[in-house]
Amino acid sequence: MAAPKKGRSASAQSKPGRSLALILIAIVGLTAGMFASGHTTPRLGIDLAGGTSITLKAKSDQGSAINKANMNTAVDIMNRRVNGLGVSEAEVQTQGNDNIIVNIPKGTNSEKARQQVGTTAKLYFRPVLAQEATGSAVTASPSASASGSSSASPSPSASASGTGEKATSSSSPSASATSQGRAVTDALKADSTPSASASTKAGSSASPSASASGGAAVSEGDAALQAKYAALDCSKESVRNTAGDGVKPGDATVACGEIDKVWYKYLLGPAAVDGTEVDKAQAVFDTQGAAGWQVTMTFTKQGGKKFADITGKLAQNQQPQNEFGIVLDGNVVSSPYVSSSITGGQAQISGSFTQTEAQGLANMLSYGALPLSFEEQSVTTVTAALGGDQLHAGLLAGAIGLALVVIYLVAYYRGLALIALASLLVSAALTYVLMALLGPAIGFALNLPAVCGAIVAIGITADSFIVYFERVRDEIREGRTLRPAVERAWPRARRTILVSDFVSFLAAAVLFVVTVGKVQGFAFTLGLTTVLDVVVVFFFTKPLMTLIARRKFFANGHKWSGLDPKSLGAQPPLRRTRRPGGPAAGPVETKEA
Amino acid sequence: MSKLGNLGARLHRGEISYDFIGHRKLWYGISILITITAIVGLAVRGLNMGIDFQGGAVFTTEKTSVTVSQAEEFAKDASGHDAVVQKLGNGTLRIQIAGMDIKQSNQIKDDLATDFKTDPETITAELVGPSWGDQIANKAWQGLAIFMVLVVIYLAIAFEWRMAIAALVALIHDITITVGIYALVGFEVTPGTVIGLLTILGYSLYDTVVVFDSLKEQTKDLTKQTRFTYSEIANRSINGTLVRSINTTVVALLPVAGLLFIGGGFLGAGTLNDISLSLFVGLAAGAYSSIFIATPLVADLKERDPQIKALRKRVLAKRAQGPAEEAFARTSAGAGHTEGPEDDDDAEAAVVGPRHQPAARGRGRGRPSGKRR
Repeated sequence: MAAPKKGRSASAQSKPGRSLALILIAIVGLTAGMFASGHTTPRLGIDLAGGTSITLKAKSDQGSAINKANMNTAVDIMNRRVNGLGVSEAEVQTQGNDNIIVNIPKGTNSEKARQQVGTTAKLYFRPVLAQEATGSAVTASPSASASGSSSASPSPSASASGTGEKATSSSSPSASATSQGRAVTDALKADSTPSASASTKAGSSASPSASASGGAAVSEGDAALQAKYAALDCSKESVRNTAGDGVKPGDATVACGEIDKVWYKYLLGPAAVDGTEVDKAQAVFDTQGAAGWQVTMTFTKQGGKKFADITGKLAQNQQPQNEFGIVLDGNVVSSPYVSSSITGGQAQISGSFTQTEAQGLANMLSYGALPLSFEEQSVTTVTAALGGDQLHAGLLAGAIGLALVVIYLVAYYRGLALIALASLLVSAALTYVLMALLGPAIGFALNLPAVCGAIVAIGITADSFIVYFERVRDEIREGRTLRPAVERAWPRARRTILVSDFVSFLAAAVLFVVTVGKVQGFAFTLGLTTVLDVVVVFFFTKPLMTLIARRKFFANGHKWSGLDPKSLGAQPPLRRTRRPGGPAAGPVETKEA
Repeated sequence: MSKLGNLGARLHRGEISYDFIGHRKLWYGISILITITAIVGLAVRGLNMGIDFQGGAVFTTEKTSVTVSQAEEFAKDASGHDAVVQKLGNGTLRIQIAGMDIKQSNQIKDDLATDFKTDPETITAELVGPSWGDQIANKAWQGLAIFMVLVVIYLAIAFEWRMAIAALVALIHDITITVGIYALVGFEVTPGTVIGLLTILGYSLYDTVVVFDSLKEQTKDLTKQTRFTYSEIANRSINGTLVRSINTTVVALLPVAGLLFIGGGFLGAGTLNDISLSLFVGLAAGAYSSIFIATPLVADLKERDPQIKALRKRVLAKRAQGPAEEAFARTSAGAGHTEGPEDDDDAEAAVVGPRHQPAARGRGRGRPSGKRR
């Protein structure tokens, strides 16, 4: 919903019908969208609707110890991975000494979540010493493997741009290059535009030859590794998953990777750059070329330096030793080659990623690798942590409270209460529809605290028109007739509303940016309701006031209109005749000496 | 209800008013007393942290026919804590109880086995860590600190530094009281409680800002007149927005009261209690502090300003020499209203000015607000 510009819009003053129509159309449109999308209720959190519970057990077959600190770090990282936006209400906690439980609310893509929490996401950039096709075509996509390599079938075509620009600066791999399964980008000089030279280079890189000439590059004494490399059969999934097990970053290793549905085995040198040196990663869509979804990485200062060093070294080598393998959890995600040193601290991984995969990978790289690797113990559904009776009790109690609010407003504001109630209804409808739509859009889930928060938000919405009503009544007490009173009261009420709502919005924005987990979810709800408050008051309450000010019932101050000058105790105007709709009797200032 | 309308009108005209600023010491005292009680309650009883913050024990049963609500009863009887019970896909129950060590959890395991009429061996007990880890807490504190700094800067720009300070004091006052009462009541602190506290934080400031906005408007051309001191105007501004404050508080509190007393009281909904208690206390404290604490505090701070001091001197001097004019002051103690553009140039009118009524009308009316005797 594109919120129209706020502020001093003349149309809101003179054409109340227009903005009323606008907001009603918005509501109808959003509601239609809600029914069309088939998500007619907001997604509920675990406390209200239950969900899926995944138990992960730390693997103890590695050097790093399973201790409290590591477990807590793992919990934090997993929490951030599953709560990418902080509004999905997933819960992560340790259980016993070596288990982590992840609870995901119903309706989340639990498959995706399982991949996200279970993947260690240890990333290394290793120089390629040798590579060889295993030959058999790929049948199963590796994403089914427990290692959850989020790159289903990346045809390794990483490009690295040295300009510090995003994907736009990386020259696009030409069609021929991608068909080769390998696209290359020159390290771009800051002043040169991406040229087609990349594709000609790519053309020259024939598909990786099966003759591994890299043996020589491995120092003697690594015979064992050579043997391992020779014996490696990457067409077997079980082999692929264990190929990189227990390897220290400082050692040379073997690994598998896939290019164009063909598995290759790699002999890789010690890690030159480490995933921890990736400062942040983002999924971007390559609008320039045909690379599709890519993951761009920004290195830390030190990482950028190392990356420039290694690429500079590699550029002097022959194929395939001018390549570096991007190794994620022991698998080669892609192995681009470099033709000159890449400075600027940026690199991209591209492959045939789907959007989800690219975002998942970026998410993992951003939040870092788990200190331990985990295996799934069990996946099971769980019922709501709070009984359904809680929600019902809450809703019932809230409804009773709201009924009391209605009674109070009618008693106090009489006819005006109609406007108040209509505004509240519009506000509630908008909140509900948006929450329902945000479920599938960003994984928004509503928990019990958020329900209570929404109820409080109703109070804050109500406050906006109470401020306005009181202003209008003050104007009437000054002896003005209704129409000028409505218009004069608005600018001042508006300022109050904007200033105070800004404070609420500031709270929401800061908390949303800084915090994680449930607090972030809360901040989102607060921000949403605050924005809606402003929208409703500006585009619904005010125009409606302008409209009813023209009706006799209100303008003549009927006893039940809530705007009866007598019962408001208005000062009798100097001119005793009231002319409805006429110009206001200007107040006369009695000057004092 | 027209009486209420009348009340509004009379407040608006300043015919009746309560001297908030004059009695500020009393309200400060009451607040300090409540705050001290809250702090003592917090120190003595401490907060009863829920499983999300401190971890606890988790018991997993074998496939059982016991319902979730029955298990909740059993667990509560066995441990004295509220338990979170979930049924898993395979028909087993997962029971989580806060704040347990190994010894306690074994005891409870045996109790549960008796209740479930099974062998203790079939129930596994494990300790669970907090799902609301240190990281979430640290980030939340960090966010709060940043927000406080920003909000003080914003209020100092939008209003003035004195109001920023007063708003912050009121905010701390609200949070302290809420947390303290929470400790005294002894409810378990859940993520819901924290969310409730954060909601209060937003609301408390929001409410204070609404009151300050009117205060700022009324004191715009303060130094160009010599009829009222700052405190008197501040007082009238509170009285002017009193109706709005009362209405807003009622509208915000009614649903929460519904949750707390109806939802929590009669229907016995546990978690609702946690959230609605913190909301109820916090909203009430927030509304109270904007009027009784924040605004008097601004007046206190303002009265130290040399300009405002000088004004006070002028006002008092004028009153001393001209009792005749005092009558005027009385009549016009109402309607502190900025007029529209047509009389913006009239500085006096911006603050006060009798409204289309001969002075005689005001005779015999009550004293103006903040009138010093």
